[in-house]
Parts: sequence; structure tokens; C-alpha cells
Amino acid sequence: MKSPQDLVRFLLPLAVFAAGLVLWEAIVRAYGIQPYVLPSPLLVLRTLVADWPVLSQSLGVTLLTTLEGFIAAAVGGVVLALLFNQSKWLEYSLFPYAVVLQVTPVIAIAPLLLIYLQQQTAVIVCAWIVAFFPVLSNTTLGLSSVDRNLAGLFQLYGASRLQTLLFLKLPAALPYILGGLRIAGGLSLIGAVVAEIAAGSAGAGSGLAFRIAESGYRLNIPRMFAALLLLSLAGIVIYGVLALVSHLLLRRWHESALGKDN
Amino acid sequence: MAEPALSGPDAAWAVRLRGVTKTYDSGVTALGPLDLDVVSGEFVSLLGPSGCGKSTALRLIAGLAAPSAGTVELAHHGAERRGSHRVGFVFQEPTLMPWANVRDNVRLPLKLARPAATDADARIEAALDQVGLADFAAAYPRELSGGMKMRVSLARALVTDPDILLMDEPFAALDEITRFRLNNDLLSLWRNLHKTVIFVTHSVFESVYLSQRVIVMTARPGRIGAEFRITSSEPRGEEFRTSAEYAAFCREVSGALAPSYAGQAGA
Repeated sequence: MKSPQDLVRFLLPLAVFAAGLVLWEAIVRAYGIQPYVLPSPLLVLRTLVADWPVLSQSLGVTLLTTLEGFIAAAVGGVVLALLFNQSKWLEYSLFPYAVVLQVTPVIAIAPLLLIYLQQQTAVIVCAWIVAFFPVLSNTTLGLSSVDRNLAGLFQLYGASRLQTLLFLKLPAALPYILGGLRIAGGLSLIGAVVAEIAAGSAGAGSGLAFRIAESGYRLNIPRMFAALLLLSLAGIVIYGVLALVSHLLLRRWHESALGKDN
Repeated sequence: MAEPALSGPDAAWAVRLRGVTKTYDSGVTALGPLDLDVVSGEFVSLLGPSGCGKSTALRLIAGLAAPSAGTVELAHHGAERRGSHRVGFVFQEPTLMPWANVRDNVRLPLKLARPAATDADARIEAALDQVGLADFAAAYPRELSGGMKMRVSLARALVTDPDILLMDEPFAALDEITRFRLNNDLLSLWRNLHKTVIFVTHSVFESVYLSQRVIVMTARPGRIGAEFRITSSEPRGEEFRTSAEYAAFCREVSGALAPSYAGQAGA
């Protein structure tokens, strides 16, 4: 926070958030709205604390699924893009199917996956399906955005394909890859949530999305909100961590990570 | 491409082009036919309007593209082949890797060489010294001015100690003061290191100032239109820029360049 303007940019959304909560609380109290219709923010918070043992376990399950889906998407997306970059034939053969997988709504695929795969595997596959495409397309774009003259220089000095890949294409593609990963982080959470809702099974291994569905059936609306709050926070943290990693990796050289005064 | 070994009276040439043409897939002939001999240790400029194929000629000599017809030969020592580090290339843009610092940018040709150079660090320091950037080894390209980036590019071309230095309008994007300084530095490097330099430019003044020989190329497809030997009381320095003989050479070369532009709309 360097200048007063930065401070305002930081505080303004917080102020809006606080005002929204106060208004919400006031309306619930003024009209005497029942908790099973709309719980007040304070009640949601109390529920979060009271149900923490259940909710934290579910949060752990969902985060683990998200992480597994994200890693699968990151590795799968980058590796596929590298293969496409090395072989045009492979790209022409497979890229359309990557697009098909991307444009088909995952909520429609999830029930099918649950038939053929074990539940835990199906959930991870769902997270992967939603999240891998931005990694693939961004990495593909990055690998083909190499400066033409730099590529000529590598050719001039007799660089091998591997050298060109490691020392030129991958570093040049890094900002694009990181951009894809930032999108994939949020998407793998969405994929995990969609699959959990589609699976809809109870038990110790139930994620946050299952808790939301379950609380809905039981009209435990405060817990629904509490679980939603946790999901939302998880999404924000995932995005924040990936943005930080991206910044740390690019800060020495890439435009996106440089301040305006540089 | 089979290249004859050097022998006897031919030992003086460094680059030899015979009947070289370049036609693109679109059917446009960009260059030639072109015959050119560059003597070892010579400083030659290729001067011509934009689009005359002078950059194409340079890329053919570097082996970055193949000629459609004719032969490109580079004199070489021992078993080293064309396209290896006997040639240094400086592009119009600095063409640095933004993710690597100055030292690692200069290191690139040595890193790509197989087998890898053993005295890489010493050679990098020497190359940076030659271009006056010894204190900036750890800096990143974005922290440097346009002129300094060009110096890094030059150091990278020099680090393999090439016999032939190919330069494609290297200073065209720089301001005049920086360009003059780099001109002088390039001249003293050339005198000290005894390289063969082929320098592509569209500036009459730059070509006359730097070269022993100026080759004026015609409009597309580029051929040799005229040739001038620039003689002066060497070593050249800033006083040469304002001398009468410099002005006379510039007038002469400009005159030869005029027909190249005559056929071009809007030139």
C-alpha cells in the first residue's frame, strides 16, 4: 500500500462488503425472516463455528480433490501442448476432441463418469476435464509465440530440439502457462463441486458440495451458507496462491509482473 | 551442402556467393541473381531500399534460409561446418531472452555448443568487456537502454569468436547519438579483432562511415547495382564524419542509390 489511492482501492470493496452484511442482518431482523428462509450473517458465522468439525473435514476432502484435479490438469495440459508442439499430426488428430471435451457441460458428463469410474476417481476426472483446457490452449499459444529472431538464433547455433524446447520455448511460454494455471485453479474447484453434487453420496468422505446439497434437503439453510462461504474462500485462496506464484516467477522480467513505474 | 576446402590463392575470401537467388513460395523473387565475394577481414556494407533483399542475403549467408538457386560458401578452418559458431549474427532488434540476465544471454551460444565450451565464464567476461558492459552482467534486458541491449546482442555474437560477423541493420532503431557511439565502438572492435563484417543498412551515411566497401543494391529483386571502395586516412573517427572526403563519398553513393528508388511508388 504505497499511496492513499491504493489504500482506497483496498478498503472500498471491504466497506461495500461490510455494508452489505449490515444491511442483510438488518433486513432479517426487521422483517423477522426465519432462518430456514434466510439466515442472518451472524447466524451463518455461528453455524460455521458450531459445525466446524463436520465442515472442516468436508473442506479437506474438497480441497484434496481440487488439488488432485488441478495437478492432473496442469501436467496433462502442459504435456499435451508439448506433444502437439512437437508433432502437428498429433495436434490435428487430437485437438478437436479436446475442444469437444471442453464445450460439453461437465454437469452432463459427471453422471456418466460415475457409472464407469469409482466415485473418487470420477470426481478427479471431472475436475481435470474442466480445468485442463485453459492450460492446454494457453501453453499451445505460448509455445508458438516465440520471437522469430530468437528462434533463428537457436537455429544458427545448432540448437537441438530439446535445447530449443528447454531454453527457448518453455521460458517464452511460461507467462502463458501460468495464466492458464490461474484459470485452471478456480475451474478445478468448480469441477470438483459439480462432481460431488452429481455423486451425492454421504459418509466420511463427503466434500463441501455434498454438505450443501445435504443441508438443502434438511432445510439446514445456515449450514448451506456456511459451506458456501468456505467454498468461496477456498476459491479466493487458490487464486491468490497461484497469482503469487506467478508473480514470484515472472517479477524479474515479464511485463505483467512489473509495476507501472518501471 | 558440400563445401570445398580452402587452398592456395583462394585463401583470401571469407564469403562467396554465386548466382544466388531467393524466390518465396508466393512466387515473389526477393533476391538475385547475386554474385558476391567478401575478402577475409573486410568490412562490407550492403546498402539498399527496404525490400531489396539485403536482409534476405544476410540470412542466406548465415544459413538461416536456403537459396532457391546458386551457392553460398563460407571459408572455414578445419572440420567446422557452416551454421556453427564461425558466424555471429546481430539482428535489427536486440533479440535478447527477457527471462535471462545479460551474462546468461551472452552465454547462450556457448551453452548450445556441443561439446560445451569449458572456458565459458572467461569468454563471457571478455565479450562483455569488449562492448563495455562488464558492470552490467547481472542486469536484466528490461533494465537496459536500447543502445545497451544492442551491445549485449553484439557481445553474444562475439562470444564464440566468429570469423564472420553478420549485422542486419543493427543500429536502425537507435537514436542518432547512440548510433554514432556504437558506430565508433564497432569500428574499433573490427580493427582490434580482425573480423570479416557484412553490415546491412539503409543509411548511406552509416555505410560510408563504417565500410571499406559499399555495395549498393537495386530494388527488388535485389542485385548489385554499384560498388564503392571507401578509402580514408584511417583510423576513422568523429572527424571523418565532417570531412570533405566523407561528404564526397556520401554524395557519390547517394547518386548510385537513386535509381533503386526511382521505380518505387511513394519513395
